[in-house]
Amino acid sequence: MKFLKNIRIVLSILFFLPILLFFIDFTGKLPLQLHQLLSIQWIPALLSMNLVVLGILLLLSLLFGRIYCSTICPLGILQDILTWKSRFFHKKKKKVRYEYTAPKNILRYSILVLTVIVFLLGSSFLVLFLDPYSTFGRIASQLFRPLAIWGNNFIAYGLSAMGNYTFYKVEQVSFVPLAFGIALLFFLLITKMSWFKGRSYCNTICPVGTSLGLLSKISFFHISMNESTCTRCGACERKCKSQCIDSKATTVDDSRCVSCFNCLSSCKNGSIKYVARYKGKQVHPAEQKGNNSRRTFLLVSGAAIASAALAKTNKIIGKNDSILTRKPIMPPGANSIEHFNNHCTGCQLCVTKCPMQVLKPAALQYGILGITQPHLSFSTHVFCTYDCNICSNVCPTGALKPLVMEEKKLVQLGIAKFRKDMCVVFTDEKDCGACSEHCPTQAVHMIDYKNGLTIPEVTADLCIGCGACESICPVRPYQAIYVEGSSIQNKARKPSEAKKFNKKVEDFGF
Amino acid sequence: MKRRDFFKSAAIVGMASFFKTNALGSVLSGKGMAVHSEPDLVAVMGSEPEIMLVRALKEFGGIKNFVKRGQKVVIKPNIGWDRKPELAANTNPALVGALVKLCKGAGASEVIVFDHTCHDWKKSYTNSGIEKAVLAAGGKIVPANDESYYQEVDLPRGVNLKKAKIHKSLLECDVWFNVPILKHHGGAKNTISMKNLMGIVWDRSFFHSHDLHQCIADISTFHKKPALNIVDAYRIMKSNGPQGKSESDVVKLKSLLVSPDFVAVDTAAMKLFSQVQPTDINDVRYIGLAERLRVGTQNLDKLNIKRIKL
Repeated sequence: MKFLKNIRIVLSILFFLPILLFFIDFTGKLPLQLHQLLSIQWIPALLSMNLVVLGILLLLSLLFGRIYCSTICPLGILQDILTWKSRFFHKKKKKVRYEYTAPKNILRYSILVLTVIVFLLGSSFLVLFLDPYSTFGRIASQLFRPLAIWGNNFIAYGLSAMGNYTFYKVEQVSFVPLAFGIALLFFLLITKMSWFKGRSYCNTICPVGTSLGLLSKISFFHISMNESTCTRCGACERKCKSQCIDSKATTVDDSRCVSCFNCLSSCKNGSIKYVARYKGKQVHPAEQKGNNSRRTFLLVSGAAIASAALAKTNKIIGKNDSILTRKPIMPPGANSIEHFNNHCTGCQLCVTKCPMQVLKPAALQYGILGITQPHLSFSTHVFCTYDCNICSNVCPTGALKPLVMEEKKLVQLGIAKFRKDMCVVFTDEKDCGACSEHCPTQAVHMIDYKNGLTIPEVTADLCIGCGACESICPVRPYQAIYVEGSSIQNKARKPSEAKKFNKKVEDFGF
Repeated sequence: MKRRDFFKSAAIVGMASFFKTNALGSVLSGKGMAVHSEPDLVAVMGSEPEIMLVRALKEFGGIKNFVKRGQKVVIKPNIGWDRKPELAANTNPALVGALVKLCKGAGASEVIVFDHTCHDWKKSYTNSGIEKAVLAAGGKIVPANDESYYQEVDLPRGVNLKKAKIHKSLLECDVWFNVPILKHHGGAKNTISMKNLMGIVWDRSFFHSHDLHQCIADISTFHKKPALNIVDAYRIMKSNGPQGKSESDVVKLKSLLVSPDFVAVDTAAMKLFSQVQPTDINDVRYIGLAERLRVGTQNLDKLNIKRIKL
């Protein structure tokens, strides 16, 4: 049955590599369609209510157990890679040997219950932090991507000195300490846990893993040990990165088994097999259960109350964002701040795909609940491109609704506010017009001022809040024109076209 | 240089500087002698960009008069915007491609094209159609999106702009062509050949905060002048410039203006433009300011102008 493990490895590479490269790709060369690989992740499918994907994932789990964890989930595979890599660092004789540990039921079920309750109360706060796919996205975009860009820029620097422009310098990922810190924290956590304890993150912290564990308890196929032929040698137990095989008792804790199939090839006499559960004949030894139902009840109800309280307080803090001078600017397709905040898991996919790098993970712009959710942050030459709708179309969770180009061009991310007393035309009495020059809809246009000078004026209902004006305004550090974010993204008026010139010009005019 | 040649050049330089500055430039930059019959400005109308280019260059003695075998050539079009060619926000790709081809045909070892774009550089290069045209013609299109590609030069004649960081490929080349498009412009009123120079510079925001018009005039005093300014007026943008909103802003004039003189070619272009959208040339202040800095002349009557209709 060794082929099962090989299939699992091949499949996991087929899922993992494109996802990893998609997050790292800073050249925009990879096809955007790859984002489909991300909509088949559990949490994104759940948030976007993608019933087809949910149905398939559910069916797969009911059939084969937690194969999502071992083949589709990028964080799971990253842990497998770390575990595998760790072999090269462990001393030869001290090679990691796993041994059975009791499930940390209290911890894992309370995390799951908390997450579900907080989500049902209308906050994706815990989902954002604990969704394994999004955690992977943050790690890839905040840690791996900058490294790749450094590498590229190093090569580009060397080559361009020799007149070769095959590689070009790429703008480094802008450093947002909070987002970087969170990514680093989780990376260290999963490294530490996977280094010594295999999949213990997936079986104690990850709410997706815990809930899939409930399904895999009744999955059609499962790992089963033959009590009569088993020699209790413990070979399978030592191989089990989920630490869920108890070779003494010849039991496998299905709820923690991620269907990696490593155990199958370890058994000398084929006493451990991947078989159908419901054959009838060999009934699985009765599981220990129900002996602590009272404790569980207390725990669950306690967790429920605690999480309800937490969600409430967080909401209060979230609304009290007076430290921010302006409202955050959401990516196009976010619709309303409530919808956006409750559906975005901060996976950073849109941030990595934004060709202008105007999308950045938020620190506290959305309040504590929206840490790492994307927002627009303008700087010189960095604004939302008029002819671009990539972010709205790659979002796997439905936090950003897909927009066709014509719709996107009318979505009001915010409204430009012009502060005349700061404008160089007013202060220096010199022409500038950089804002109007960059305005794609001419919501910002120049009107007569004095002495042949012109000064900007904003037509609010034409403005789409792309930030081109703010990004180019030479008045610094505080621009004379800036975008105030919209909490609800309205539709802007369609810019009127110029009057056509239909006469024929036949002379040079000089 | 032979002794006789030296005297000859010196005499012409002396004469030229006495009469007008642009001939001086053409002698100093080694673009052949200012032969009396060579025009100061050529205007062509009524055909496709490639054909008009060849026709205009013929008046200047052909591309071989500018590009010698083995030379490194730089072409600086306007590729500022992520816009398709029909919107006339960027220089016509067919014109750029044709010029690259001519330079390669004249034996140029390398033809480099770049612009410091306003929109995302990769998208601008691609969607303007210029990248494709350049590559097809055997040229090279290089990035200009990072400060490390630039090097600081002094502009001793500049009033506000005394120093500027200029793209290294331009500093290192043997000869370069300035290939702007004629457009309306919200900030500078119009963009033609001198305004196009903002794309060879790294720090453009300095321009906007230190009197845009004066800075444009200042950058035009950059000592390494283009061999020619080739102004694309095949399609012009008459309104909502420099980006334009739709094809209603575009007028097809099927014209091309070529001159080594920045001021003269911008003046002529303004007169062409004014037939579509009447504009007071005095509002395009940088033209007058540049003339004051002896960059060129607005007095077209004194120039030898060839007007060609095809």
